[in-house]
Amino acid sequence: MSDRSWTTRLLILAPYLWLVALFLVPFLIVFKISLSQTALAQPPYLPVFDVSAGLSGAVDFLGGLSADNYRLLGSDTIYIFSYLKSLQIAAVSTAIMLVIGYPVAYGMSRARRAWQPLLVMLIILPFWTSFLIRIYAWINILQRDGLLNQVLMALGIIDEPVAWLASDTAIYIGIVYSYLPFMVLPLYAALEKIDYTLLEAAADLGCPRWKSFWLVTFPLSFPGIAAGFLLCFIPIVGEFVAPDLLGGSETLMIGQTLWTEFFSNKDWPAASAIAVVLLTLLLAPILFYERLQQRALTENR
Amino acid sequence: MRRPLVRFEGVSKRFGGVTAVDRLTLDIAPNEFFALLGPSGCGKTTLLRMLAGFETPDEGRILLDGEDIAATPPHQRPVNMMFQSYALFPHLSVESNIAFGLRQEKQSKDEIATRVAAMLVLLHLEGLGRRKPDQLSGGQRQRVALARSLVKRPRVLLLDEPLAALDKKLRGQTQFELAELQRKLGTSFVIVTHDQDEAMIMASRIGVMNHGKLIQIGAPADVYERPESRWVAGFIGDVNLIEGGLEKSRKIIDTAHGQFRIDNAAGAMAGERVWLALRPERLSLATKRPSARNNSIVGTVHDVAFLGDTSIYHVRLASGSRLIVSASNGGQAARFSAGDKVWASWTPDAAVVLRR
Repeated sequence: MSDRSWTTRLLILAPYLWLVALFLVPFLIVFKISLSQTALAQPPYLPVFDVSAGLSGAVDFLGGLSADNYRLLGSDTIYIFSYLKSLQIAAVSTAIMLVIGYPVAYGMSRARRAWQPLLVMLIILPFWTSFLIRIYAWINILQRDGLLNQVLMALGIIDEPVAWLASDTAIYIGIVYSYLPFMVLPLYAALEKIDYTLLEAAADLGCPRWKSFWLVTFPLSFPGIAAGFLLCFIPIVGEFVAPDLLGGSETLMIGQTLWTEFFSNKDWPAASAIAVVLLTLLLAPILFYERLQQRALTENR
Repeated sequence: MRRPLVRFEGVSKRFGGVTAVDRLTLDIAPNEFFALLGPSGCGKTTLLRMLAGFETPDEGRILLDGEDIAATPPHQRPVNMMFQSYALFPHLSVESNIAFGLRQEKQSKDEIATRVAAMLVLLHLEGLGRRKPDQLSGGQRQRVALARSLVKRPRVLLLDEPLAALDKKLRGQTQFELAELQRKLGTSFVIVTHDQDEAMIMASRIGVMNHGKLIQIGAPADVYERPESRWVAGFIGDVNLIEGGLEKSRKIIDTAHGQFRIDNAAGAMAGERVWLALRPERLSLATKRPSARNNSIVGTVHDVAFLGDTSIYHVRLASGSRLIVSASNGGQAARFSAGDKVWASWTPDAAVVLRR
């Protein structure tokens, strides 16, 4: 270790410094606020740590902290419902994306080599437009006299306009549309890596095509499924824009609840507590994925 | 030959404008170890893949046990293939890899366990059954691939460059093991290789392929000793070729290096242009002119490569062309060094007359 130059050390240190400065420290601040009480002050919570008050000030400060906000989260059903709704929307839309994204990724991986970069481009293309603009476009499409109703009525599928907006359906449409590339790309990466001779070998050993998909292709695409699941599920749980712009007032995802606490109620401590609990909830799938990766790594040795 | 197990009848396969296999006809007997030998791109792998069912012939028929298998998809053919890359399933253990084919046959659990265990023993893989393919060495992976393709007891086992990924020493050892395995099991093996040593060591018959056609078929010794063309002679082992014209008696060839007596004119006409093919080990070197009964050429040793058991001499002839002579380094064998004047001689029956 001692022969490592200081530049090497700095390089190794850089990501840790980054994480400490931009993740751990902010998190600790948020965690501290979540233990405070709301107050009509600047900043709008108490206690505030005052260095000039010395040791007794520190004791007062620690004494002022409490877990009241967490008790509040447990006592009011609105929070529990928001969490559950968020998990539900995230789970269902991730499942829908898997069902839509898998065939898309599979088709891409089986397309001609020369075409594949183009197909990947097409998947990434929507990112060139702002996420917010794309959601607003969906408002246009889904509104009463929007494109969707016009097309459906022209085709004679419906007789009068359907109210798509302000519903869970609209949230699902918006979320599935915006996150689908994050599902397709890791799936494609996993499927594209699968050696075609493995499928020939399966056929050679007496396995018909449809079966070799389930016995060979599908299990070998697990890493892609796991990566796609996490890349979609985690951000969707905290999603704010799609439910706020497309959803109805009766659907509250945790991101919206947090926003209300923070901006409307000016209750920073409660908002911070919501954020801390959300993070803890999301740690579970991340740790699970870490373990999967760790296992894959050790197996490759 | 008994009734052939596999018969290719005028089989052709084209990829775009390239003809990979060109109206090829070949019979493969039961219990034989047949090697398809040829340079890369000669169509040998395509031929194998057509037998496995991964490619469809554009013309001709492929018969297995007398029945056309054109309509049989790969997963229903009683042949198994060992892939060059081994194509082991990375997510399955060694046991599950070997059992894969049996599971498709819906064999009973006991039957599968017994046969997998037997394969592990046969291929010296005991104790490795629970490992994943990437926890194995190259040689072990090769044996798992072999076990996986043999466990279904195929009528024909197809091997696509099975030893290409092994290092030289392991390859030499495995060649003998494969040949022994084939004798023990009695299954027909069809191997594709570009390595002439490999084909000679293992196969009971060799089919030499080039440009999608079979050029010569025969036992290894036949193909080596009696090549039918300069190309085959040159592809299988080293050879010295001397061009000349056949005399009226058809017993003597007139060349730029003098007249040489031959035993067998191989059907060539008097006056026809032919080539004498001389294997390096059929030539012997001496410092004095040998007896007139043998053919001989004089030259100077240009280069010596000492290989332990043998030495390879490059002899430069007066015409400037070179002769390769391989001499065994036995007890009383004479040694020559660069610059020595030597006579290379051979008996009339040692040379083969080639017409093309």
